[in-house]
Amino acid sequence: MPEYTLNVNNKDYKIDVDPQMPLLWAIRDYVGLKGTKFGCGIAQCGACTVHLEGTPIRSCSFPASAAAGKKITTIEGISENIDHAVQKAWIEMQVPQCGYCQSGQIMSAVALLKNKPHPTDADIDAAMQGNLCRCGTYQRIRSAIHRAAELV
Amino acid sequence: MEQVISKINRRNFLKLTGITSAGFIIGLSLKGNGIATLGKGEIAPYGLTPFVMIEQDGTITIFNPKPEMGQGTYQSIPSLIAEELEVPLTGVIIKQTGGQKRFGDGQGAGGSSSVRGSYFELRKVGASAKEMLVQAAANQWKVPVAECYAEDAKVFHKPSGKSTGYGDLAEAAAKLQVPKDPKLKDPKDFKLLGKNTQRPDIPLKSSGRAVFGIDVEVPGMVYASVAHSPVFGAKLVSYDDAAAKKVKSVIGVEKCQRKFGPYTYDCVAVIGENYWAAYQGRKALTINWDNQGNDKFNSKDYAQYLHDLSKQNGAVDKDEGNFDKAFSEAPVKVESFYETPVVAHSPIEPMNCVANWSDANKLEIWVSTQVPGRIMSEFTKEYNIPEENLTIHTMFSGGAFGRRLYTDFIGEAVQLSKAVGKPVKVIWTREDDTEQGPFRPMTFSAMKAGLTSDGKAVAFQHKVISPTIRYSEKYDKTKTDGTMTEGISEQKYEFPHMKNLYVNADFHIPVAAWRAVTSTTLAFAHESFIDEMAAKANKDPMEFRLGLLTKDSDTKTLLQKLKEVSNWDIPLASGWGRGVAQYEFFAGLAGYVIEVSKKGNGVNIEKAYAVIDLGTVVNPDMVKAQVEGAAVMALTAAIKGGITFDKGQTVQKNFNTNQLVRINEMPPVEVHILANGGPKIKGVGEPGLPPFAPALCNAIYAATGKRIRTLPFDIHNI
Repeated sequence: MPEYTLNVNNKDYKIDVDPQMPLLWAIRDYVGLKGTKFGCGIAQCGACTVHLEGTPIRSCSFPASAAAGKKITTIEGISENIDHAVQKAWIEMQVPQCGYCQSGQIMSAVALLKNKPHPTDADIDAAMQGNLCRCGTYQRIRSAIHRAAELV
Repeated sequence: MEQVISKINRRNFLKLTGITSAGFIIGLSLKGNGIATLGKGEIAPYGLTPFVMIEQDGTITIFNPKPEMGQGTYQSIPSLIAEELEVPLTGVIIKQTGGQKRFGDGQGAGGSSSVRGSYFELRKVGASAKEMLVQAAANQWKVPVAECYAEDAKVFHKPSGKSTGYGDLAEAAAKLQVPKDPKLKDPKDFKLLGKNTQRPDIPLKSSGRAVFGIDVEVPGMVYASVAHSPVFGAKLVSYDDAAAKKVKSVIGVEKCQRKFGPYTYDCVAVIGENYWAAYQGRKALTINWDNQGNDKFNSKDYAQYLHDLSKQNGAVDKDEGNFDKAFSEAPVKVESFYETPVVAHSPIEPMNCVANWSDANKLEIWVSTQVPGRIMSEFTKEYNIPEENLTIHTMFSGGAFGRRLYTDFIGEAVQLSKAVGKPVKVIWTREDDTEQGPFRPMTFSAMKAGLTSDGKAVAFQHKVISPTIRYSEKYDKTKTDGTMTEGISEQKYEFPHMKNLYVNADFHIPVAAWRAVTSTTLAFAHESFIDEMAAKANKDPMEFRLGLLTKDSDTKTLLQKLKEVSNWDIPLASGWGRGVAQYEFFAGLAGYVIEVSKKGNGVNIEKAYAVIDLGTVVNPDMVKAQVEGAAVMALTAAIKGGITFDKGQTVQKNFNTNQLVRINEMPPVEVHILANGGPKIKGVGEPGLPPFAPALCNAIYAATGKRIRTLPFDIHNI
């Protein structure tokens, strides 16, 4: 089986696993970063959202080998000191409850704000619809994205 | 912040029992139902139940017996101690307890009981510790204790201005007698309680650093994916694992059992060096199940069975006046039948557990759970090991909602670890979680009311027909079941004649408590029917309810508050409608006014006004968050498909078919808290659910004239 290299948060990791293994499990179990979560395995909940070359993808449904050589960013890679504008807004608005989906929510929000620095509610609905939150923090997610837009 | 966070993370991984440095321990025992009572008052290293530890370097650790699953106990519970101890919560290490005897019987979170069950007693723990530290300082300085006070983890001598940190006082304080009746702070002096304090877990949860059960890794660990029978009640006949064993990194196949309530299900587990391999191996298994005739079961026939049962008289839940006579003589009668669906808990973190059965009968468990205390008692009993041989690490739960009150998936991990002699991490798939239950059962309700010709309600009846979530050998089908009639006989409406009934139904599918339990379905029938009565009486639904509440009650105050905050008396635009509902049950009391507008063939939810009655509030912002979330969960249960069965199996498999409300469907929710102080403390996590669906359906009736009596319904096509 061929070995391939994943570039996660600007660091290279040599991986030798089933090329069909979803990127999610390569990141969690081989790279060792646990912030990216498993929720459904079929790209329905968004808990596994990471950025591939800056674009949000559902890593549970993306083969690890297809991400080889590309720039992957996980929740751990957006700031060192929890001070990304989105994280600051998340803390200020006290968004998370159980927190399990929030890595994915934040990765989707970061990508949204990069494309649309001042998103409308409709923009937020469109960009964040793929991220489920069973605790129901949606109202705060919306407020926090607007707040992050001010903080950027 | 950074330092504190990494400290918490690291310590979460450390053995809870592995504290070696000298500490100052305050004794407390938690007795039954989450109520904490102060112990005999003795300081001993680990002989009593230690909730506060102060190390000589000033490090303060607060032990938290209430697992964090999103409801905020990681802050609210330590705050009770920290407030009285006079320490800021930032910088304090919070450790979840792991079912150890010294932390008492109340180690678990459920029933919205955490804060209300420990509000006074955990404050007493903090106050006792503070008094001892102040006394130690006074002794050291040889000054009267009255001249000393505590603040910010230090004791100050007022006249001289000198101060000493808690760390330097801990050893001397630990030798003092624990005060029997420590003085609690006047609420007006609170620095943490009652304030919108930021939660210490939120930075961790905004950075991927919070460690959930699924994130735990221990050396030598292997992974397991467990195949359960798709048909409930099937028996394992045989399996062929040749293909599974050929999958790279698969290292074995083992049988195990899933035990839930009265059921024991045989399962086949594939063990792998990584999760993906184990899961691929599991998919390659060929399993021969004997369905035992259970493959004919389906939801449609079961609904018919419940309808048939509704004709039975049922067991009496409450009987006041003479309902039968009053109803038969009433000039105006209303009768309706309400139906609700089965739903799944669906926390986004699937069930998972790491277990390590090692030599010398020692067991270690890492798990996202609501019930470390229950795990301790169940597994020490099942494996006949002493408490000191079982170490439980209570991790952050990625949602729970009642699902993590149960230990079925933990048992799988323990059995598999024992079988392979290694630490095993079991991870259920989303499909396992959706298909296997336990589920919130459906309840059906037969409602009857009699009114006078001028619209006065004289007779009322709510008959519940449902299976039970109470699994007990002593269960008596001829008696009412308070778990399944929850709240229906406790509403404050004054009916001269009321007779509530319960009819038990057989069910072979595992069912369980779900956030706000049976009130989530019964409130829909109860409060929608009150609306039907108001309509029949040609009265405003709010005034009709208030008219049934002549005596002062929390319900009456709540409705009046709802009327005020929703501007109930100001007419809405044409095509809009508003509905009201409230529900009081064991966890507490809340209500909604919901406004909808007609949109195409359905409605749009414009606004939800919520009022929750608490008496005393620890963190108002957290309460608002809980109610906002409860509204979303209730909306999902009202308008999404729920769980159905066909051919003995769950039809829904994953979030594509078991849909949850998404951000674009979230209505604005405005939460108001009734907290006027006093001894009353009501629950927070659950009361926001039950009244949501009836308030919504009552609003839909007001806007469209259509009465919804069956959940779920399609909000876009009513």
